[in-house]
Amino acid sequence: MKRRVLATVLAMAMAFSFTACGSSSDSAAKSESKAEATEETAEVEGETVAYNEAVTISENLTGTLKLGCIGPLTGGAALYGTAVANAGKIAVEEINAAAEGFDIEFNAQDDEHDAEKSVNAYNNLKDWDVQAIVGTVTTTPCVAVSAEANADRVFMLTPSASATSVTADKDQTYQLCFSDPNQGLASAQYIKDNNLAEKVAIIYNNSDAYSTGIYQTFVEKAKEIDLEVVSTTTFTDDTANDFSVQLADAQKNGADLVFLPIYYTPASLILQQASTSGYAPTFFGVDGMDGILSLEGFDTSLAEGVLLLTPFSADAEDALTKSFVAKYQAANKDVPNQFAADSYDSVYAIYAALGYYADNNGGLDVTGMGYDEICEILISVFSDSNFNVDGLTGEGMTWTAAGEVNKAPKAVVIKDGVYVGM
Amino acid sequence: MLLAFLINGISLGSVYAIIALGYTMVYGIAKMLNFAHGDVIMIGGYIAFCSTSYLGLNPILSILCAIAVCTALGITIEKLAYKPLRNATSLAVLITAIGVSYFLQNIALLIWTSNPKSFPNMVSFVPSLKLGTFAISGTAMVTIAACVIIMLVLTFFTERTKMGKAMRAVSEDKGAAELMGINVNRTISLTFAIGSGLAAIAGVLLCSAYPTLMPTTGAMPGIKAFTAAVFGGIGSIPGAMLGGILLGIIEIFAKAYISTQLSDAIVFAVLIIVLIVKPSGLLGKYVQEKV
Repeated sequence: MKRRVLATVLAMAMAFSFTACGSSSDSAAKSESKAEATEETAEVEGETVAYNEAVTISENLTGTLKLGCIGPLTGGAALYGTAVANAGKIAVEEINAAAEGFDIEFNAQDDEHDAEKSVNAYNNLKDWDVQAIVGTVTTTPCVAVSAEANADRVFMLTPSASATSVTADKDQTYQLCFSDPNQGLASAQYIKDNNLAEKVAIIYNNSDAYSTGIYQTFVEKAKEIDLEVVSTTTFTDDTANDFSVQLADAQKNGADLVFLPIYYTPASLILQQASTSGYAPTFFGVDGMDGILSLEGFDTSLAEGVLLLTPFSADAEDALTKSFVAKYQAANKDVPNQFAADSYDSVYAIYAALGYYADNNGGLDVTGMGYDEICEILISVFSDSNFNVDGLTGEGMTWTAAGEVNKAPKAVVIKDGVYVGM
Repeated sequence: MLLAFLINGISLGSVYAIIALGYTMVYGIAKMLNFAHGDVIMIGGYIAFCSTSYLGLNPILSILCAIAVCTALGITIEKLAYKPLRNATSLAVLITAIGVSYFLQNIALLIWTSNPKSFPNMVSFVPSLKLGTFAISGTAMVTIAACVIIMLVLTFFTERTKMGKAMRAVSEDKGAAELMGINVNRTISLTFAIGSGLAAIAGVLLCSAYPTLMPTTGAMPGIKAFTAAVFGGIGSIPGAMLGGILLGIIEIFAKAYISTQLSDAIVFAVLIIVLIVKPSGLLGKYVQEKV
């Protein structure tokens, strides 16, 4: 998702890092006693739910599951990894409190957004007798770790590594987030289904695989469903300053919607320049646009009416989201982002899958089971089209055998400086 | 359409030009490529941002504040990093400059983190000019005006004042200048002070025109401005301005009429052609090496 925007900055941070490289392997202690957990929940302000009630608590599932998590807890991408680890802990606490006779031990390892360190973190988890992994958070490390894990037969469900290379040829790696190309498909479909535009313009970053990948599938889908694309212009990381030409081209060709499969930093410039030149189409972004409102100093009125396809919005009004946001804020003094929500759903998805298997096979005690056994169980359930999960990031999530998730895309619109669900 | 693109080109070009002035000034006098120039610009942007957003200073005071900090920074960098290498090979100085550039970026990363900040327009008090259907933004006009004024002041300074004469003497022959009683170290420090002060102004104008501030903000405009300086003839003050504006216009026209994908390739192809035809750049003087 947003890992590439940091790539340059990260490379420098590594070259010159002053921070100690100590891996903050924060092996979350065995879950606190149920009483304590309930007490903690009580302190949280606002209404909360005890757990994600859309997931059935299975009485047939017993024992202790050792669940690993790998992500960047330090370094330039730490924002993403800590969100995943923190939200994972919330989900684990909820499940432990709700499920009698079943516990999850959660162990989050740091990989500093580095493929080699990620494989080390994975080996640490294996030494700890891990049984399944939520992770890794960022794409490049995930590709490296999933190759190892595929050979070892350790099940992985990544909350946020969205490239197709993560799941390609690896039957035990599943994604909870949309893969990059699927965002393009979903966006085109969403624009068509909701009649948002007659003529569409696209501005994308052709020096970025994320942006280009979404653009390509968007155009294919648009052709298929007769969505007219009248203007396609590009920029690169090096020319991401002046967008007057791209906007003029879109305006000249009469586009009433501009699709921006890009990160929020260049998008903020596009919005600003469009406003200066008096061009006011609908702007439609993807998950990379998430964050534009927290851009320091950004005049949020410029983003008024911008639509974006994102799996999670912390302002949504449903009980589960409100509860999750309240708990996350109480524990971490921060509003959860989509990575946090993806992670929360990932933990529940693994729990739900084990519960599903237990219910259909007359019970399951996971204590001491080998990771390869758990892996085969989870693969059989995740590839079962009858298995679905409702969570923060979508309802009725199912998975293809290739590992990609199917869920209805959610769009939010920016109104008065906040994201509002559509 | 053509006129609108031309205006956009000039606005973009004037930002390159104002950065290029700093490059060419330091190169012309100290004969070194100060690759950290782009990062001093970024620091200038951050100082101005912090002064307005956190301290609540008005834009003019913030700009002065940024100029003061950048000037001090420029002198410090020169004293700590470049002065010890005064007699080293130019390659060693070049590598040091790249090191300083990374150092500044990483310091900024530690202080201000990698989260981008949206820069408030510091020159918004100038209204944009409407010519029929076209509009020239106030920021562009201020940038162009600042660029012309700085160019004239610098030309006057180097041609007419005593310090300027000393600078030109140092640039021609350090040893001889020293024998004539010119304090070479002080002259070079002064050059850096002026160059860095200009960087602060460039930083404010760059960020006002394209309001995203990140630790890498100065890097790419820095490279483009360096290209502009070479294009116009490095060391030549009017050349830097001409080079910058032409580069901006070529970039916008290439995007508009040829391809948005190829714009950079075209810009640099033009640079190569110019350098083949006129190796010293558009306004550069060809100096024969005496052996």
